[in-house]
Amino acid sequence: MPGRRFLASPVLWVGLFFAALMLRMDALQPLLQRAFPGVQPVVYNRDSFFTLFLSQLGLVAAASLGASLVGVALAIFVTRPAGRDFRAMVNALATIGQTFPPAAVLAITVPMVGFGAQPTIIALFLYGLLPIIENAVAGLEGVAGGVREAAEGMGLSAWQRLRDVELPLAAPVILAGVRVSVTIAIGTATIGSTVGALTLGTPIFDGLVANKIPFVLEGAVLVALFAILTDLLFARLEGWLKVP
Amino acid sequence: MIEIDEVTKSYGGRPVVDRLSLSVGGGAFCVLLGSSGCGKSTTLRMINRLIPIDSGVIRVGGEDVTQIPAEALRRRIGYAIQSIGLFPHWTVEDNIATVPRLLNWRQARVRGRVAELLELFRLDPAIYRSKFPHQLSGGEQQRVGVARALAADPELLLMDEPFAAVDPITRDALQAELARIHRSTGKTILFVTHDIEEALRLATVIAIMDSGRIVQLGTPIEILEQPANDFVRDFVGRQGLGLKLLSVRKVADRLRCGEPAEGEPLSLDASLSEALSAMTARRADRLSVCDDEGRHLGIIALADLVR
Amino acid sequence: MTSARGRIDIHNRVLLTLAAGGTVAAAVAGFVSYAPNRLLSGQPIALWEAASGRAAAGIGLLAAMLLAAAFISPGKMLHNAQAALAAALLLLVLAAAGQAASAMSLGAKPAVRISLGSAFWTLAACAALAIVDALQRLGAGAVARLLTAGAIVAGVVALAVAGIFDALSIAREYASRRLLFADALTRHMALVAGSVGLAVVIGFPLGVAAARSPRLENPLFAALNLLQTIPSIALFGLLIVPLSGLAAAVPQLAAIGVGGIGVAPAIIALVLYALLPVVRNTAVGLAGVDGAVIEAGRGMGLTSRQIFRQVELPLALPVLFAGLRIVTVQAIGLAVVAALIGAGGLGTFVFEGLGQYAVDLVLLGALPAIFLALAADFILQTLSAVLRRHLAQ
Repeated sequence: MPGRRFLASPVLWVGLFFAALMLRMDALQPLLQRAFPGVQPVVYNRDSFFTLFLSQLGLVAAASLGASLVGVALAIFVTRPAGRDFRAMVNALATIGQTFPPAAVLAITVPMVGFGAQPTIIALFLYGLLPIIENAVAGLEGVAGGVREAAEGMGLSAWQRLRDVELPLAAPVILAGVRVSVTIAIGTATIGSTVGALTLGTPIFDGLVANKIPFVLEGAVLVALFAILTDLLFARLEGWLKVP
Repeated sequence: MIEIDEVTKSYGGRPVVDRLSLSVGGGAFCVLLGSSGCGKSTTLRMINRLIPIDSGVIRVGGEDVTQIPAEALRRRIGYAIQSIGLFPHWTVEDNIATVPRLLNWRQARVRGRVAELLELFRLDPAIYRSKFPHQLSGGEQQRVGVARALAADPELLLMDEPFAAVDPITRDALQAELARIHRSTGKTILFVTHDIEEALRLATVIAIMDSGRIVQLGTPIEILEQPANDFVRDFVGRQGLGLKLLSVRKVADRLRCGEPAEGEPLSLDASLSEALSAMTARRADRLSVCDDEGRHLGIIALADLVR
Repeated sequence: MTSARGRIDIHNRVLLTLAAGGTVAAAVAGFVSYAPNRLLSGQPIALWEAASGRAAAGIGLLAAMLLAAAFISPGKMLHNAQAALAAALLLLVLAAAGQAASAMSLGAKPAVRISLGSAFWTLAACAALAIVDALQRLGAGAVARLLTAGAIVAGVVALAVAGIFDALSIAREYASRRLLFADALTRHMALVAGSVGLAVVIGFPLGVAAARSPRLENPLFAALNLLQTIPSIALFGLLIVPLSGLAAAVPQLAAIGVGGIGVAPAIIALVLYALLPVVRNTAVGLAGVDGAVIEAGRGMGLTSRQIFRQVELPLALPVLFAGLRIVTVQAIGLAVVAALIGAGGLGTFVFEGLGQYAVDLVLLGALPAIFLALAADFILQTLSAVLRRHLAQ
């Protein structure tokens, strides 16, 4: 029965728990006060957790969307005859770029564009581009040669082949790349709080600086749940995309 | 139907197809026969412009292929390949409907055509319509591949070793079906293979190729009885030549009058090798021949086989 | 060079793009940046103004030669020349920047800050990528790449030792914190080595167990996958409470430095993050060993332990090594963040610099971290290739 399966899904329960915690953290106030008697206030109150969550969601979504579009476009270019020359170099750049520590990439963008959301988005975009390019290239090249030959031989135009055959068949691999990209983006955006972006990492960072451990805990639990929930959603999405 | 006029294709200075000329009439089943590297696949793929022609002209239906937009040309020609290339993410129906949909056929016409083709290949439409390629056996996939090539009712069908990757039993069944379809639709078929038996069974005319050139062009019987040179003789196989000749000739050629003999009768269409096989199995030296309705037409005798 | 029809053919579009990109950057952007003091932002200064006449001419010449090389038909000699020219260009750009800084700081106040500009970074990156491109087209093996990298590193070190870079602001920043830097670098490498080592010690047996028992495999991987998605700073944060509680309960641990913040949570988190790649690659590597080979070994009378040591392990080693490479690079990156919880390492400079808005301090931490990651990746990749060739024999 589909209804019962929905009720048992982990996405639902983690999602509900996350929403409850995010919106009603103050309900835990007495418990936290008892655990950390000397700390006042014990629940982070400079911004609502919901605002922080929305801000981080916005950063991650915007950067990931941009990285997906640009990454897939680049991958398409590099797998066409016109761009074949660049394929090896693009792959090398993606590999080399992924060895860069994300925190270092974030720190380096600050001198270029200042503090706040801008360097964070740029760093998220650049860093998120790489796994998507790598996976999109692999996915497009993984389309069986016979399928491509049949499509061309039947008279599908280059654009039709890309839209109706190559991209749908490469979609699962591309999605896996987007999943990796988004996971890293959530983590990097969390660190973005150190350069002034408003995210769920802000209470963690503020808590570490002011030695207010409950803030650290609150931010850490929420952002961990956020990351886990996103990953579960992607896993569900990957399941839907599979050919029956 | 197809005119190939002094066509050449070279790779890295070496000609893979060397001033090839070939004329295939409408309704013919022309087989390009040769071993690997002789240029037969390359020739085929120059017809639908998957490979550009270096020099010479190819005409389909009187029109120079380079003067027709490539995609429009390919939608007029059916194309079936060895690796089949069914789209794994589409159902059988969607696969077959590819070119008709590209040609903007009405939905109802498309559905009807899919059902018609599935029935033609003896696949129950109700069952097979919504299956996915990975749910089909190798033989079924190849049938769907050929059905897809025929979907838009093209005048010309290009086939590149379509049955090479299938097991012998399935291959036999597929060959029989293709022969039947050719007879009933009258389409022009250009078929590439390296298998002499397959060529002899299916072709109305065979072009034996070597090093990018046609070594001999003729009917199966001509190739067997009058090989042009040693290459052809070797290719066809010196041993078993007699049996190959028997397989190409039909009972109808050797029919004579006579009283019905015992045992199941042969049809006019059967090959002399089937007749020999039946005679050997039944230890008889004559067999009855009947038409489709069971009416007695005559007999065939052992002595007639070697005439 | 020209085709039969008299057109000029572009044989290497990648090189053309790189050469053009570098040239455009040099033309429009600042090669170095001049700031009268630490607080004001710098004025970009173009290549031809900043560098000495000879250096600028040399850079121009090498760039032009590389541009021309894009039009010549490919060949082994051409690609070798391309690599050599690009390497020379890279070193020359570095030297020119250092020299420009030295020239500009002569007679200027000590508070003056001369830092590297966008044109410098673009030229250096394009030159480095041109070397990578040449090596790719040559199909260079692991040893050739190692030698090339070694030669360039040697060149850079020679320039540094000769004091060419001393006037650059980042060098000045380093000079005033020499000991701190050495400390941070060693701490960083110790964190990485320690966590990777521990992860291998814990993860390898887990991976072996997972390969043997599918019942263990699924929950184990589910748990490790879950762990992997948690942002690093969150995991560091989550470990603070249990660890400080532990340190309070067991004073001996506190005495040796275990606490809620510092090295302890950093190492634990780094080990946890490193577990997934180690366990997964061990399990996959062992599972990938051809069953027929194991059966042959058993048929010959080898014991299970002998088969494991002499057959399975060597055959699974390449995959294990690939996992090691991933884990090391990941750990170097994570260790940068660990500075936030007081674990030390190169991240201290990064975050201190961000706090003071001191760009050079940030770079003092970020650049070595990036190069450390690149070096570790490169060395492990080379080792892996050599190992694979050795095993194939």
